Amino acid sequence: MSPRVTLATGRRVLTQLRRDRRTIALLLAVPSVLLILMRYVFDQDPQVFQRVGAPMVGIFPMVSMFLVTSIAMLRERTTGTLERLMTMPLAKLDILAGYSIGFSLMAAVQATVASAVAFVLLDLTIAGSAWQVVVLAVLNAILGMALGLFMSAFANSEFQAVQFMPAFLLPQILLCGLIADRDTMAEPLQWLSDVLPMTYAYEALHRVAADGQLGRRGALDVLVVIGFAVLALLLGAATLRRRTD
Amino acid sequence: MSAIAIDRLVVVRGGRPVLDGLSLAIEQGRITGLLGPSGCGKSTLMRSIVGVQRVASGSLEVLGGEAGDPALRRSVGYLTQAPSVYADLTVRENLRYFGRVLDVGDDAVERVIETVDLADAVHSRVDRLSGGQRARVSLAAAMLGEPPLLVLDEPTVGLDPVLRVSLWDGFRRLAEAGTTLLVSSHVMDEADRCDDIVLMRDGAVLAAEPRAQLLERTGCTGVEEAFLKLVGEAAA
Repeated sequence: MSPRVTLATGRRVLTQLRRDRRTIALLLAVPSVLLILMRYVFDQDPQVFQRVGAPMVGIFPMVSMFLVTSIAMLRERTTGTLERLMTMPLAKLDILAGYSIGFSLMAAVQATVASAVAFVLLDLTIAGSAWQVVVLAVLNAILGMALGLFMSAFANSEFQAVQFMPAFLLPQILLCGLIADRDTMAEPLQWLSDVLPMTYAYEALHRVAADGQLGRRGALDVLVVIGFAVLALLLGAATLRRRTD
Repeated sequence: MSAIAIDRLVVVRGGRPVLDGLSLAIEQGRITGLLGPSGCGKSTLMRSIVGVQRVASGSLEVLGGEAGDPALRRSVGYLTQAPSVYADLTVRENLRYFGRVLDVGDDAVERVIETVDLADAVHSRVDRLSGGQRARVSLAAAMLGEPPLLVLDEPTVGLDPVLRVSLWDGFRRLAEAGTTLLVSSHVMDEADRCDDIVLMRDGAVLAAEPRAQLLERTGCTGVEEAFLKLVGEAAA
């Protein structure tokens, strides 16, 4: 692994993303629009937005980067650029770290814009600070990226890759505690949510929003998210093969 | 001296042997044309040489090391059949990125852009280029860093005749400077620009020898005729 190659790779994926103005616009605008919707759909019950606002800001980048990475990686596989890179003096870690750098920068911008909309425009108030939410959002983005990179190995087409979002992330959104308290779910679903990464991402965000700090439980949640991200990156690295059929 | 020495190479794909005990030597500093009909195993052989093909058995020595050895990753330039460059980046951005990976300077990048005659298109996004231009971006990436071995899978497909001639002149200059080139083609007339000829059919080598010797032995005037004659003899 070399910093030169890692940075070049990070810069390259950012340049690719930047070229696609419409994707950038969507990445930045969609979270804000959905936050606005959430705020006014529950207009008569503003507590709902106060409860889910911060977790939404923090979980969005996970979903976005999952999608962006799985498509970007699928393209690398299908257009032969990955095969070319594999014949070059580049470590698999350079690809993973390069993608992480590029996409976490993008996630930071995305989460900052969403935070500004939520906290300034929509009067979201939480016990913690907005920057804590942004930092957690970036961490979640890296987890989303790592999961997307791993899952892309199981998609043969872009049709399949986009279906992994509803198949793989939507259930986690339902089960993580954002939609309903986990305590009120059927017991088997509680067990299931215990082993899903987004649950811990949500818990950490919820703690910052409700208690103003992570505390010991929250710190543990963050460690679990990091653990999942590392595991997904390792699994992702295993799917980047130098030799294929 | 052999740049590539292959001994009883077996590659199995989908339960079927694509290369079945293939042995072959490729001489250093020469242009070797790898010829044969589509699906005969040319690309699989080339992928094996650059170390991206899973191999069932046999040995494959490339520039004194084992094929796929990390130490060879700077020494082997590989052109895939379909252009493997980033469609959403410009020509220069693509080559600068691959240049960084190979640790060659921007001056080397500009040199390969000249070599493949793309100076006018450096700022164009690859997906806005013609098929022939795209193929040349990919070729330029393979030539970055002047690797001593170039493995080129159909480098001239879709190019106009003038450009083809100029690229082949470039290959000749590289070979004269000591570079080993293995070039596949299913266009037999390109074979007449090669020093050595490897004829493949159904995953096996039908003939591998200097072009002049092949023509003399078969009593043919061109490689295509020789190929057809050898296929006929093999069938008989």
